[in-house]
Amino acid sequence: MIAELGHIALIMALFVAGAQTVVPLIGVYRDKLSLTKFSVPAAKLQGVLLGLSFFALTLVFVGSDFSVKLAASHSHSAKPLLYKISGVWGNHEGSILLWMVMLSGFGALFAMRSGALPDKFRAITLAVQGALGVGFLSFILFTSNPFERLNPVPVDGQGLNPLLQDPGLAIHPPLLYVGYVGFSLAFSMSIAALILGKVDKDFAGWLRPWTLAAWSFLTLGITMGSIWAYYELGWGGWWMWDPVENVSFMPWLIGTALIHSIMVLERRPSLAHWTVLLAITAFSLSLIGTFVVRSGILVSVHAFAVDPQRGVYLLALLGLATGGALTLYAIRAKTLFSQSGFNRLSKDGGLVLNNILLAVATLTVFLGTFYPVFIEAISRNKISVGAPYFDLTFAPIMAVLIIFMGAAPLLSWSRGHWGQLKSLGYKALMIFLVILAAAFVADINLLGAFGLALGIYLAKSVVHIISKRLRWNEKTQAHSARLARKQPAQFWGFVLAHMGLAIFTLGAVTMSVWSQDTIGRVKPGEALTVAGYEFTLGQPEGGRQDNYEFLRAPVVITKAEKPVKTLTTSQRFYPVRNMVTTEAGFHFSPAVTLFAAIGEGTPQEGYILRAHYQPLVTWIWFGAILMALGGFVSLLRRREEAA
Amino acid sequence: MKRFLPILIFLAIGIAFAIALTRDPRKLESVIIDQPFPDFSLTELNDPNAMLTPELLKGQVSLINVFGSWCVSCNVEHPVLMDIAGNETIRMVGINWRDDRAKGQDWLAKRGDPYDVIIFDPESVLAIPLGVVGAPESFITDKTGRIRYKHSGVISSSEWTGTLKPLIKRLETEP
Repeated sequence: MIAELGHIALIMALFVAGAQTVVPLIGVYRDKLSLTKFSVPAAKLQGVLLGLSFFALTLVFVGSDFSVKLAASHSHSAKPLLYKISGVWGNHEGSILLWMVMLSGFGALFAMRSGALPDKFRAITLAVQGALGVGFLSFILFTSNPFERLNPVPVDGQGLNPLLQDPGLAIHPPLLYVGYVGFSLAFSMSIAALILGKVDKDFAGWLRPWTLAAWSFLTLGITMGSIWAYYELGWGGWWMWDPVENVSFMPWLIGTALIHSIMVLERRPSLAHWTVLLAITAFSLSLIGTFVVRSGILVSVHAFAVDPQRGVYLLALLGLATGGALTLYAIRAKTLFSQSGFNRLSKDGGLVLNNILLAVATLTVFLGTFYPVFIEAISRNKISVGAPYFDLTFAPIMAVLIIFMGAAPLLSWSRGHWGQLKSLGYKALMIFLVILAAAFVADINLLGAFGLALGIYLAKSVVHIISKRLRWNEKTQAHSARLARKQPAQFWGFVLAHMGLAIFTLGAVTMSVWSQDTIGRVKPGEALTVAGYEFTLGQPEGGRQDNYEFLRAPVVITKAEKPVKTLTTSQRFYPVRNMVTTEAGFHFSPAVTLFAAIGEGTPQEGYILRAHYQPLVTWIWFGAILMALGGFVSLLRRREEAA
Repeated sequence: MKRFLPILIFLAIGIAFAIALTRDPRKLESVIIDQPFPDFSLTELNDPNAMLTPELLKGQVSLINVFGSWCVSCNVEHPVLMDIAGNETIRMVGINWRDDRAKGQDWLAKRGDPYDVIIFDPESVLAIPLGVVGAPESFITDKTGRIRYKHSGVISSSEWTGTLKPLIKRLETEP
């Protein structure tokens, strides 16, 4: 019964979304206010209906109603409640429903928060939002219905892969989806602005909060994914250039460029083309991110051919949305401002360069991710592209980007001059020379040292800008404090985000170059040594818990005879899936992360033990979270003066 | 004409996708069927000093499975392979493809190792002549070491009981 109610709510939502698309557009065309206004209640109703539908599916999972096929194949009555709930979106149908719930949620939120916007702009934005809803609701209803029943009803569900029973996985997709779907508003608003010929300062102001929110959530989502993969899947790999990661990273890169373009467009009539195209691209990449992964073509090309119906439908949707938007752009491009004259050496020039570098970086990731698919299309040969490709192509682009990132904020808008860079330039040069010379003398990895210098230089540049802004060297402390209070939220957002990237860079470089690990067979009481840390295996003990059996052992870590921490690592056996997994024991500290994992073995022969030493890995996530925080802080208050 | 550039780029990408995605790779695999297993000389994943050659496939029917720690679908397939390893006598040969030795070992340590022997192939030395297009992929060789069957993608329990297992039983009766 509950499943049927959820199904009916979905069908009703489809009709509402259809009306939300058609009626306001007629209103805009005929200039009838009553019809354009219809978009607002329609968007709210669509949001409510999808909320109900999602609630119904959650009830099905929580109540372990295995007559619903989705619950039967992805849930199990013995699963803890949290994982029954997260199981709702731990599969294709449920995750697409969650995505759709968020799409309609953003539509409803926009309807509520956009009262001050011009009627036509609001109506077209919501109509496009409605059209996206029609596309994805019909996709759900016709190819991926989560409420499908099963007959005969199985006694119990088939469980969920135990690797996927993790709080990280429970919150990672929703965060990521808020980010992806948030870009839908940037997309819809860009269409509205193109149609109405209103790609201007006001438009940039309306676009800004939604884009910042989407970007910040996407940053958090990617970070959560990285943390989860680190301790659950990767064992120390914080980023694997896995296609699934790459497709979430691409909208992030483009979204970053979009935020910076909006900043320019808010101030002067330039970068209009960039802003619109980036908004369309960010959402298109988000679509690819969600659905192409779900359809499985990246994981393995095979998955797609096995279920061509879904794949072709998604491709058609992507083609309609992106193709339609780009066609509209081609038709309306003449109405946009063309780049007005500004000196290359200026903040504007720096931001254009920033856009170009981020676009190139995205293209690099795109090629690396999809190259195998394209090559296969042309020659039937599959060429493998992995982490080495990305390290070789992506890292240099980022290095160039960071160099400009440190300098560009010092320049003034529109007309900068070299003198503005001088004060930082000398210090920057010193940083690089001193660090590289020290590394050369001490025989440390030079590339690693260069990476560290980049991070320190970027941090130094942020501090430099703060000190200039608050006039540390010229005025009294009280004056600086007063200036600090007067800075707009956007300035602190900039500080947090750029400082976050500096910290991230230091962490990523240190981790990639200086992490160490070892593996060996040890008996209880024996030890492995990594980077000066001794990992001594304690006495293992067996037992049983929830839905698995375990073998658990303490590992005592000491450095120079001094105790550091005692970790617990275990092997788990899940009888339902006939599966053995290993839980590593972690020690997190600001400077180093240590972890140990026990493998198979016997008391007589000893056990396989792995010991890892990973410096500064937590900085990677701390930096990324600072970036997200920067985005949220910028949202707080409207800018009062030009940054 | 610059304004048409975005849509043209998009169309080009879209067409490439459409071609790539509507071709069913399962139909292209007849080429290697009934051919002897390609020659190779690669190390064992867990023992860098042990060299493996096609000799290891002689005398017994083998299920050869291509996997990698980077391969997401391999996570899905893995429990099925563990089931097979636990309940069947067939020789299970892994090909650890495009991987890092430590990562491959970690991946198996974390989840369990269904293989009797694992060929370590980081540079696609064996994968290219085998025509591997993606992971996971599996092959069945007969007692003489000839390839008799290729399976692309994840082996599900039903495909195992419905197709692969009966084939293996039949091959085991061949001389």
